[in-house]
Amino acid sequence: MKNSYEIVVIGGGPAGLAAAIAAYDNGAKSVLVLEREEGLGGILNQCIHNGFGLARFKESLSGPEYAERFIAELKKREIEVLTGTTVLSVSPEKTVVALNAENGEFSVQAKAVILAMGCRERSKGALNIAGTRPAGLFSAGAAQKFVNIKGYMPGQKVVILGSGDIGLIMARRMTLEGAKVLAVFDIMPYSSGLKRNVVQCLEDFGIPLYLNHTIVKIEGEERVSAIVAAEVDENRKPIAGTEKRFECDTVLFSVGLIPENELSKSAGVPLSPLTKGAIVYQNRETLVSGVFACGNVLQVHDLVDFVSEEAEIAGKAAAEYVRFGESEKEPIDCVNGGGVSYVLPQKIDKRAQGKIKLFFRVRERAENCSIVVRCGEEEIARRKKRVVAPGEMETFILTEEQIKKAVKEITVSLEK
Amino acid sequence: MEIKRLVCVECPVGCEIEVAIENGAIQSIKGNSCPRGYKYAQEEVIAPKRIVTTTVRAENGKLVPVKTSGGVLKDEIFAVMEKINAVRVKTPVLVGQTLVKEIAEGVDLVATATIG
Repeated sequence: MKNSYEIVVIGGGPAGLAAAIAAYDNGAKSVLVLEREEGLGGILNQCIHNGFGLARFKESLSGPEYAERFIAELKKREIEVLTGTTVLSVSPEKTVVALNAENGEFSVQAKAVILAMGCRERSKGALNIAGTRPAGLFSAGAAQKFVNIKGYMPGQKVVILGSGDIGLIMARRMTLEGAKVLAVFDIMPYSSGLKRNVVQCLEDFGIPLYLNHTIVKIEGEERVSAIVAAEVDENRKPIAGTEKRFECDTVLFSVGLIPENELSKSAGVPLSPLTKGAIVYQNRETLVSGVFACGNVLQVHDLVDFVSEEAEIAGKAAAEYVRFGESEKEPIDCVNGGGVSYVLPQKIDKRAQGKIKLFFRVRERAENCSIVVRCGEEEIARRKKRVVAPGEMETFILTEEQIKKAVKEITVSLEK
Repeated sequence: MEIKRLVCVECPVGCEIEVAIENGAIQSIKGNSCPRGYKYAQEEVIAPKRIVTTTVRAENGKLVPVKTSGGVLKDEIFAVMEKINAVRVKTPVLVGQTLVKEIAEGVDLVATATIG
């Protein structure tokens, strides 16, 4: 290990791996990846189901297979990796303080830092459910780690709150391992997971999905013995008289992911209240010069293929930053209009070359609608969509010409 | 004529496909946006198949993530799971290594990670 590196990448999951490789391939001479776990690959290691990599590799890979492809590429390059290393802080001057068993606390100086810490699960504590706090309550991702990495079954009679992808995947996984999944509840009128996961994880196994439902009470002394679920009204409040009781020994919570931005804050990186991640330019540079962000720490993605793509943008930009210094920018804002909950990047440099892919999510499910991009009042692009849903990230590509012509802020909205 | 509505599970797009069936024969397939979806719909209305992903134990106690090399008949998934759960493997295991030949008809059990 050296005292200084051109680029330090924080996190060795899919974003960190792709960013480090791209940085190296674009001319960075010294790249260090810092990873908290004992191995590289991040959350992919516990995502043993298939369906990864269809966009990138045109085949359906499991999470570990997808990770191995990037780890193999990384190993072909002179990129340094420290695993079992927790980063404690990153300063705006890009001094990274970290800790591991071998070196104790140490610091390295970077010319550019790539934030790739991923996200963490929203906890049950954030939900305010009445009742006792017995054993048997797990976040879906923690249960996934127990089953797929440690080989322990969290329980046998399971209910799941939240029909995001991790909840759906765990419904199938627990069922395959012999547990009985009694029900999946979602407070929203739709699943926030991919449609295909509703089909292949619930419908395939006859697991009922209760939409517009939530858990209102947890029962049990030492171990969960039952939960009470109720239907909710249009304001997401439980409706009295609709309660149903389910006897169970395990409750899994799949209630959302939150970008893990403590280190971003230590570096003084301004965050967006909409994405809970950094505000970035199209090249994934944050508002702190030389600090870049990509992957789930920036915006929670549905597909790892998009994480890799985003990380490559950040890696390349970080390498260019090291070579040429901070570029002078002519920024225009990119914001969400009606029906859209956020747009990323939030800032576009008009001097940027090439086309730019905007990522965004819609607020509600809609059919036969249009995605409309405006510059000020003027419509500059429009695309028809048969179906859109909040659970599926949308993209829209703007050409270099459209961006050069932009004089006012760019707005993305959904129109019926 | 019977119309079956399916959601394709081949990729994250999740195309909604309509299959028209008359006297047990497929008359038309609509709504897929790629050939994989067409093939999925053909299979799904007659003999649905799924790739099974799970883990097996290595003799040193570690878990090895595995998948079937192709689709397993949906009705046979639990029977295949039972067979997989009885498998014990020696480490090291390499990603892509075949652990059991013909774990189900026409498909092998393959490791999806390198486990030392």
